[in-house]
Amino acid sequence: MNLSNLTIKEATLGLKKKKFSSNQLVKACLDKIKKVEKKLNAFITINENGAIDQANNCDLYFKKFGEGIFEKKPLLGIPIAIKDLFSTKDLKTTAGSIIINKYIPPFDATVVKKLKNAGAIIVGKTNEDAWGHGSSGENSDHGPTRNPYNLERVPGGSSSGSGAAVASGECFMATGTDTGSSVRLPAAYCNLVGIKPTYGRVSRYGIIAMASSFDTVGHLTKTVYDNALTLEITAGKDSYDATTVPKDVPKYTHYLEKSIEGLKIGIPEEYFISGIDEKVENKILSAIKQLQKLGGKVNKISLPHTEYAMATYYILVPSEISSNLSKFDGIRYGDERELFGDEAKRRIMLGTYTLSSGYYDAYYLKAAKVRTLVKRDFEEAFKKVDVLIAPSSPTLPFKIGEKAADPLQMYLSDIFLCPVNLAGMPSLNVPMGFIDGLPVGMQIIGQQFSEKLLYQVAYKYEEATQYYKISPKI
Amino acid sequence: MNNYIPVIGLEIHVELKTKSKMFCGCPADHFAKKPNSICCPVCLGLPGALPVPNKKAIEWTILLGKTLGCAINKVSKFDRKHYFYPDLPKGYQISQYDEPIATKGKLSLQIQSSKFKVQNDSSKLKNEEKTFRIHRVHLEEDTGKLIHKGNETLIDFNRSGVPLVEIVTEPDFDNADDVKRFLEELQVIVRYLGISDADMEKGSMRLEPNISVREIPNPKSQIPNISKLPITNYQLPKYKVEVKNINSFRFVKQAIEYEIERQTTLLEKGETPKQETRGFNSNKQITYSQRSKEEAHDYRYFPEPDIPPMIFNDDWLKQIEKQIPELPQAKLERFVKDYSLKFSDAFILTRDKKLSNYFEQVNSKFKIQNSKSKLKIKNYSQSIINLIINNKLSKTLTIGEFVNKVIELLAPKETDEKLLGATITRIIETNKKVVDDYKSGKQNAIMFLVGQVMREMKGKADAKIVINMLKSKIQSSNVRSSRFNRD
Repeated sequence: MNLSNLTIKEATLGLKKKKFSSNQLVKACLDKIKKVEKKLNAFITINENGAIDQANNCDLYFKKFGEGIFEKKPLLGIPIAIKDLFSTKDLKTTAGSIIINKYIPPFDATVVKKLKNAGAIIVGKTNEDAWGHGSSGENSDHGPTRNPYNLERVPGGSSSGSGAAVASGECFMATGTDTGSSVRLPAAYCNLVGIKPTYGRVSRYGIIAMASSFDTVGHLTKTVYDNALTLEITAGKDSYDATTVPKDVPKYTHYLEKSIEGLKIGIPEEYFISGIDEKVENKILSAIKQLQKLGGKVNKISLPHTEYAMATYYILVPSEISSNLSKFDGIRYGDERELFGDEAKRRIMLGTYTLSSGYYDAYYLKAAKVRTLVKRDFEEAFKKVDVLIAPSSPTLPFKIGEKAADPLQMYLSDIFLCPVNLAGMPSLNVPMGFIDGLPVGMQIIGQQFSEKLLYQVAYKYEEATQYYKISPKI
Repeated sequence: MNNYIPVIGLEIHVELKTKSKMFCGCPADHFAKKPNSICCPVCLGLPGALPVPNKKAIEWTILLGKTLGCAINKVSKFDRKHYFYPDLPKGYQISQYDEPIATKGKLSLQIQSSKFKVQNDSSKLKNEEKTFRIHRVHLEEDTGKLIHKGNETLIDFNRSGVPLVEIVTEPDFDNADDVKRFLEELQVIVRYLGISDADMEKGSMRLEPNISVREIPNPKSQIPNISKLPITNYQLPKYKVEVKNINSFRFVKQAIEYEIERQTTLLEKGETPKQETRGFNSNKQITYSQRSKEEAHDYRYFPEPDIPPMIFNDDWLKQIEKQIPELPQAKLERFVKDYSLKFSDAFILTRDKKLSNYFEQVNSKFKIQNSKSKLKIKNYSQSIINLIINNKLSKTLTIGEFVNKVIELLAPKETDEKLLGATITRIIETNKKVVDDYKSGKQNAIMFLVGQVMREMKGKADAKIVINMLKSKIQSSNVRSSRFNRD
């Protein structure tokens, strides 16, 4: 049995039935890492000894407390990976940048703490576009990560390492952050389920900030069940993050089986006009047919301000980036500012400009107003429908280097994903098959705090399609 | 010759003495603590740390705003103010920009002539009332501290993130004395509210005056009273000079006076002073240039995305308003009126809320005891205040103990006349020189003898009786001595 290809649900069942130990699970992942890392470059730091120690502890725990322990610690003994943007106590955290290449945080991000408390074992810190700036993983100062389904191609970014690591079986779940696309795009390009939760649903405390009013904390898994299970653990009000919302966290996994008969599905027409790959369009149309078969009622819907979304995003996000990166001034810790990569420099300059006096009104303030309009588009849409369905990306995973020279082209791969971050809505990528052997993803968008519904829809679709069973041959 | 009128506005920072810091759980009391011993990821600005605002600090800022007669904005928010400095770990300070907690207040003061003097004459109470407008009151976080040692500079982050209130006045001052008086009043108010020690030396109150000088071309035209003029009625000078590093009220006066003179000299030469930030050198009592307008920061303010906007509900605001105590000026007027205290004494007393309360408690308890006793001491309030102010009695006594002491001191003394007679005779004999001085016309000499007698009597004698007996004994010794002379 290839242990590292199991889902969390299967692995937990195996642990409970004593088919294998956590030690074996961790070793299977570490073996996989040794085997494929040279090709993939999904990790920046590997926590080999720490992970094995923890696995042994988990096995002792299970021996001592029996099956009941899984109630308290639902991820007991499960090897996971953490994006390098998340602070991990005593474990190097670089944000994918050489600026803080030697930074070892003295504290855990809230999400990391919650995952550790749930019994998860951190096998390593995953590669990413430095500071989360990018859609391909190519902006990492530690070299690009490759797509396990096709090593010539990008895995999607910025949570590039997290996508590649879960897809290839280097871990069972990996965390990501989604500021504009960074969980959903790698999920789409790596045949995974990726959640971008409602803004304020999951604590951002301890996660190196990119654009604070956009950043959300999500994760990538092979299946919908695994994803829902993880969000049950990570979501909720955090006294360390003033933007988290004191709303109860439903047991998402308990509602997955519910029928979606009569579900009102909206198809945003603005997402089907220009630049979309014909094969991707056909794929999404057949996915929509599948949802109709499952009981969904499809309507066209308009999100009229979509065309301004990218421009708005690329004014507001760099503004916040320029502010958030000011602490990396090389005075107290870290390296000199001149070592920032090109993309970070580009965004710092853009954002500094748009916040400068004399330009603030014309750029930042105007964009903030347009952001409200984009958000209103979604709110209006959700008066008419339950969910919106769209492709996650207009194109297939592209070749490494293909768009690197043209930042604008690169930005456009997020065109269907960014508007959701402007609005703060939740959105889920679920695999919708392959084109020429390359994974493509479908995006399910819901109104605020509708993660429960998104998982239901995704679960039914996954049950009918089962694309997650197609592992990369690596 | 032109007339020159100073135009002065103030920026005042006050550190709040909340239990915890502005955006994290670290203790806010940083004074004299081991460097970097009270900090955490948040106030160190470590990657990923987030600010969570301190509700008490917001409440106290509203309280101060209300006390200063400000309007409280129902919706307020924090903003980021960007600049690079080693003591600012995030590269920005969380402050408030265009939606401060409180705006448009005022503080009215009784100003005695141009220079405020504590007068013994309570008729001086009727002075000119001047009103100084408050532009805004907002909340922000303090920075760390740089410590320079030889060629090294060290950073102490204990102060980083301590809640800091900034009070900005309108440019309503035209002299340093009013500024000093205003600041002293503000300090007392802040202490009355119990929200800060407002201690200049410890840096929990800090001042930055903005000073410029306005030319009035026609000397014969009447000089308008700036504080009473709407701001639109006259033009502010085209420049202003901000002075930093001032850590006492005395220095603020010196700095302002120095600046007025410096700027006036320039204006008289036909030059316009440069817009700049200047430091104050307290040894030389001069200001010096620190940063010119060209180097001024663009702070790139934008709304702090880590903290949702604050919406204050009316009930909460009303509750806070109820916390406003009787303020020092009202208390002063009441003390003078109700207790017939001397203005100067009441002023000293009401500078300190605790002392005022102590006085009132002693006074009311004394009143009860006095009415029960046979003695019926009159005008006791003034006597009590004398005892408090002149430190005759320890203020650490309980109210009851204090009252008993007061009764002991104020009650007419029962004098042992036999003992007194003997004591006086002895004092006269041992102080012949002084007695002769008195006899030769030095009236004051008698007081020395009274003092000597009282000391011998250990205070157990009525002063009036002592004086009378002393005088008569000296008289009779006079007779005796003349007789001896004749012999």
